[in-house]
Amino acid sequence: MVQAINRALAEALAEDPAVILLGEDIGAAGGPFGATRGLQQRFGPDRVRDTPISEAAIMGAAVGAALTGLRPVAEIMFMDFVTLAMDALVNQAAKARFMFGGQRGVPLVLRTPHGGGLSAGPQHSQCLEAWLCHVPGLKVVCPATPADAYALLRSAIADPDPVVVVENKALYAMKGEVPDAPEPIPIGRARIVRPGRDATIVAYGAAVHWATDAASLLAAEGIEAEVLDLRSLQPWDEAAVLESLSRTHRLVVAHEAVEAFGVGAEIAARMADAGFDELDGPILRVGAPFTPVPFARELEAAYRPDAARIAAAVRRTLD
Amino acid sequence: MTRMADPLALLRTMLLIREAEMALARLFADGEVPGFIHLSVGQEAVAAGVCSALGPQDSVASTHRGHGHAIARGVALDGFFAEVLGRASGVCGGRGGSMHVADLNRGMLGANGIVGAGAPIALGAALAHRIRGTGGVAVAFFGDGALAEGALHESLNLAAIWRLPLLLVCENNGWAEFSRSDTQVAATLSAWSAAYGVPHAEVDGNDAAAVAAAAAEAVEALRRGEGPRVLEARTHRWRGHFEGDPQRYRDAEDAARAAGHDPIARSRAALLAAGVAESALHAAEAEARDAVAAAIAGARAAPAAEWADARHGAYAPAES
Ligand SMILES: Cc1ncc(C[n+]2csc(CCOP(=O)(O)OP(=O)(O)O)c2C)c(N)n1
Ligand SMILES: [Mg+2]
Repeated sequence: MVQAINRALAEALAEDPAVILLGEDIGAAGGPFGATRGLQQRFGPDRVRDTPISEAAIMGAAVGAALTGLRPVAEIMFMDFVTLAMDALVNQAAKARFMFGGQRGVPLVLRTPHGGGLSAGPQHSQCLEAWLCHVPGLKVVCPATPADAYALLRSAIADPDPVVVVENKALYAMKGEVPDAPEPIPIGRARIVRPGRDATIVAYGAAVHWATDAASLLAAEGIEAEVLDLRSLQPWDEAAVLESLSRTHRLVVAHEAVEAFGVGAEIAARMADAGFDELDGPILRVGAPFTPVPFARELEAAYRPDAARIAAAVRRTLD
Repeated sequence: MTRMADPLALLRTMLLIREAEMALARLFADGEVPGFIHLSVGQEAVAAGVCSALGPQDSVASTHRGHGHAIARGVALDGFFAEVLGRASGVCGGRGGSMHVADLNRGMLGANGIVGAGAPIALGAALAHRIRGTGGVAVAFFGDGALAEGALHESLNLAAIWRLPLLLVCENNGWAEFSRSDTQVAATLSAWSAAYGVPHAEVDGNDAAAVAAAAAEAVEALRRGEGPRVLEARTHRWRGHFEGDPQRYRDAEDAARAAGHDPIARSRAALLAAGVAESALHAAEAEARDAVAAAIAGARAAPAAEWADARHGAYAPAES
């Protein structure tokens, strides 16, 4: 997936002189996860810019640069550190188009990795995307495959409004085909990963893969679960979820983030309304428990949602 | 050679700001201004002087006390008053109000409701000017209270290591909301600038000509690519932190002393001493009064802001 991200950044830099990259150790060092490897050599230190450890200024500068004719792509090393950039993101980037009466948008991208599985502990593993989905003016996407990581990042950079691209750390090493001439993926469009008629599992990021594993487990029991990858969280593809639900009549929403007050809660609430007549069982959520992400392998394994828990939720909604 | 600002033009700008803000004070007291407003009465010389050093390509990030910056930057008075009164014809369609007046085509990146937030935004504008090769510079205005905000330190550090064309202008009025700022900030701005290796100049913020000269000198250095500058203007906040502030924390003497430093009276006296006819000054005053009265009349007559226009304003319209 890292190579797909690298390719998207390289192509955007090559196509549009207004695109610049900003972040800690993204230049000569190639980025903490290697996503920007080789880009500074190719596009120069002006456009691929190493910053000091100043998340508030990185994000604020991205806002000012975006209002002054550039298309900055900022990287924040771990999503946990977005706390330090929240003012620029929430009070400035998200507000400018609206509060300045539509004079101009803020075409910036924030790339930031979330997720556990690496024993990175409570301050380097969080999935905080629901915070950002809650802010009018921001868009949020979260790819589950290299092809989607490429295409969604291209769409994010081309977008006239601020887009947060949440990348799952555990998926950086994932291998997968990116076509030579990939189809653009519009922000806000979900994808059916695996069709099925008995229940719909909506997921994003790493949870998409747990959901497909769950679908395989269930298939062995004669249950055909459909897996829908949201890809975009804000805006999210309500029509696609409703369409699937109206075929399967059962809905489970799965994500790595804490279950309470999460993206799944929003989807469940909307479908309990718009999909009320279609539902033949309770809408169930599968997410992390309401604690910080623990460090020790055994603890983190117990903490993270997985295929077994998703499969159990599907069985329960079919009960 | 440093370009000299026209002293009469500086006075005109200050008169316009004073007239506009005193009118806002009256409108606020009469309940015509929604929300709350922070006036810069007594501080006009800083806005007028600094903006006199800027060209149309330059960028300005302002503060919660930003009316003067907007007016000095040339934001049209009609759109300004309509915005502060929440009308559809406001520069921001009535969606922002006093604390968010922005005019991006004039490089006015907005007043800001968040203390210290303008500095990183101006930093980014300076970066964009550098990368795009516009020749432009960026200015961040901030108050002495904002010196306690981390974003300001991060921005000065970054501007210094990247040698960006950023002018940080501190409007030091001694107050951070209801507290003396010297009880809140351990280091002086000059020591602080020195620590980052950034040249710092202090100027009498009640002397528009002095501010203009100091700003022009700094802006020229920025345009020569010499890296960021800090300009600290000592000034006085005549009124409360916000309109309607009972100022229980401030003794009457302090407020009276503040009003003893009037940048407009000072500029007026200097012009008279230099041989400018009193009638020319009266004409400038009348002009400011008329312009403000016309803008207020226009704003009052303008239609109210419409929710239907604002409802989908958070994002660019979908391409069809
Ligand atoms: C981040 C943030 N904290 C607190 C406030 C509330 N507040 C508004 S203005 C102000 C004082 C600012 O003082 P200074 O920067 O000196 O500006 P002045 O009001 O003197 O012009 C405070 C505390 C705010 N708007 N933003
Ligand atoms: Mg102050």
